Amino acid sequence: MNELKHVSSNPHIRSNMSTQKIMLLVIASLLPAAGFGIWNFGAGALVLILICVGTCVLTEFLYTKGMKKAVTISDLSAAVTGLLLALNLPSNLPWWMAVIGSVFAILIAKELFGGLGQNFMNPALAGRCFLMICFAAHMTDFVYDGVSSATPLMLIRQGNNVSLIDMIIGRIPGTIGETSVIALMLGAVLLIVTGVIDVRIPFTYIVTFLIFIGLFSRRGWDPGYLIAELCGGGLMLGAFFMATDYVTSPITSRGRYIYGIILGVLTGIFRIFSSSAEGVSFAIIISNLLVPLIELVTVPKCFGKGGE
Amino acid sequence: MAFTFRGGIHPFDGKAMSKDKPIQEVFPEGEMVYPLSQHIGKPAVPIVKKGDRVLMGQKIAEADGYVSAPVYASVSGTIKGIEKRRTLTGDMVNSIILENDGLYEEAPRIPVRPIADMTRGEVINIIKEAGIVGMGGAGFPTHVKLSPKNPDKIYYVIVNCAECEPYLTSDYRRMLEDSEKLVNGLKIMLALYDHAEGILAVEDNKPDCIKKLKELTIDEARITVKELKTKYPQGSERQLIYAATKRAINASMLPADAGCIVNNVDTVCAIYNAVIEGRPLIRRVITVTGDAVRFPQNYLVPCGMSYEELLREAGGFKKEPAKIISGGPMMGFALFDLSVPTTKTSSALLCLSKDEVADSKPTHCINCGRCAEVCPGRVLPSKLADFAEHNDEERFLKYNGLECCECGCCSYVCPAKRQLTQSIKSMRKIALSHRKK
Repeated sequence: MNELKHVSSNPHIRSNMSTQKIMLLVIASLLPAAGFGIWNFGAGALVLILICVGTCVLTEFLYTKGMKKAVTISDLSAAVTGLLLALNLPSNLPWWMAVIGSVFAILIAKELFGGLGQNFMNPALAGRCFLMICFAAHMTDFVYDGVSSATPLMLIRQGNNVSLIDMIIGRIPGTIGETSVIALMLGAVLLIVTGVIDVRIPFTYIVTFLIFIGLFSRRGWDPGYLIAELCGGGLMLGAFFMATDYVTSPITSRGRYIYGIILGVLTGIFRIFSSSAEGVSFAIIISNLLVPLIELVTVPKCFGKGGE
Repeated sequence: MAFTFRGGIHPFDGKAMSKDKPIQEVFPEGEMVYPLSQHIGKPAVPIVKKGDRVLMGQKIAEADGYVSAPVYASVSGTIKGIEKRRTLTGDMVNSIILENDGLYEEAPRIPVRPIADMTRGEVINIIKEAGIVGMGGAGFPTHVKLSPKNPDKIYYVIVNCAECEPYLTSDYRRMLEDSEKLVNGLKIMLALYDHAEGILAVEDNKPDCIKKLKELTIDEARITVKELKTKYPQGSERQLIYAATKRAINASMLPADAGCIVNNVDTVCAIYNAVIEGRPLIRRVITVTGDAVRFPQNYLVPCGMSYEELLREAGGFKKEPAKIISGGPMMGFALFDLSVPTTKTSSALLCLSKDEVADSKPTHCINCGRCAEVCPGRVLPSKLADFAEHNDEERFLKYNGLECCECGCCSYVCPAKRQLTQSIKSMRKIALSHRKK
């Protein structure tokens, strides 16, 4: 044996989990919701999904190429951003608005801050909120079965009744991916079972939110109302797929609980007191901004100093 | 219910390759190399010179001071010289070179006395004289470990039978084949501490060992066999103590601070050999394994034999190896070639046909938190590695960087394939050297 072998510091083995695999699992977990959205809203939804994913991936490709950085599209994070953004848009949104949102998400919210891992805000939600501010009318125009319709949460706010069964199945107006609780839960179960997401965040988020609206909505603990609030307004999509975004959520275990509580409270405030009946997106991006602070105050105790 | 700690990982264990291969003695023919520093502490001082004929079991280097250990010849032959030789860590270490005459002529054994007639100091002195050091990998002189400030405050003597490193089966074979030696070795240690209870802490992936040790200790009031959950790094000293006794110590404490003394399986057998049979530490069990090795096997190896010769014994390579490791895949040392000697702390020679480290390219941290989840030290490896990479010693210390045990779990799980352990290890070295000043 004349040739020298590789040496490296320990450990010498690696798990087979990779960033790309994680992103692939996230995409897979979003497929039921995307599929349902296409069935629910028609081919327009499919076109919008393709536009968002395509624009996001292309933007990242062009930016990294242009800046002579390593091209990172194969980690699939841009595709995830595009898919998530599309699922957060109404199906009848003009295509060029979707392009603007996608470019904003990747270029401004992600790449300018250093790419994957460096962004301080969920790129898909940054894109969505940007569009909400720029094109509020289009972003809240939900065409369903050919007519512009109010979302169930708006109807509830106006004092109407909604069908809970329709809300759970998803036969309601809304953004492409947020309507079907069943489809979203299928994806969420996949993410939990494969260990991609930590249930602490969605769990704390949802529980806090329920307690908050139970206490402050002046409708008391009416189960029908609580379930409707839970199923509507993209809460499930937000709690399981966007609040759990690694980069923009705390790394510490205690921090994840705090983050969930802040999310629940903010969503509750927006739902009850703001002019729109939703508010998950804004709650998440505001909480994203607090993550560095949360991490700073929740450094865990180490083993042998109370952390065992 | 099996005992354990928080964090940890479940890598592919690879033990099936060698676990059913009984320990085989090997008789090296070539040159033997004895590094004078096979332990933590001052290097030993040679007491032989070029041309001397020495016998198997004869002392060839004397301990230098209290934290040090003597070295014995493991074969008979002629001293060829004392020179710097490369050891498995890549360092050049002063070593005694011995030309093996192949006769295995044994030196007279140290006369033994019944333990009952000896004082604690005398027993510990025998252990010291026998050159026994922690054979799990650290190489800390055992007599120092066995001499805590207050022997009456030792409540547990734990034998580390976890063997949580993947691929390794040397301790497993020892436990099965030398169970009586192991139990008797533990009894010797228990005789030193009046208030101590003995614990044989075994991972539950070795039910046959658990059964055998339980049978052997059924009438021993002071000894219990504890089943630990199979998980890496269950055999890490602090995690082991916690799993076995629920006492937690931090990195700046000694096991004795929690009333514990922990020794590895092979070390306990060496204690038995020294105290009962009057034999110094000259041989140890080494697993030669990995998918690149033709005949994986467990060997009883005279320390000082070269890894090259040991591999030949196992039939050489059946595949081109990409990585050669002394020890396990999690904490072992990668070797760039095989011409280094085995020592008192060598537990395995692992030859893998795939180098997973070279095959994976580090990318940006995605803050997933998997490293923090698995970290047995309950620190935040991704943050510590960031601080280390930015040379931010102050924050590194503030975030408990010194509490890292370098087990490698964080690097193992990292989906971005960052070299977390490596960065943290380097910074720890720097921080510790500053602290000493």
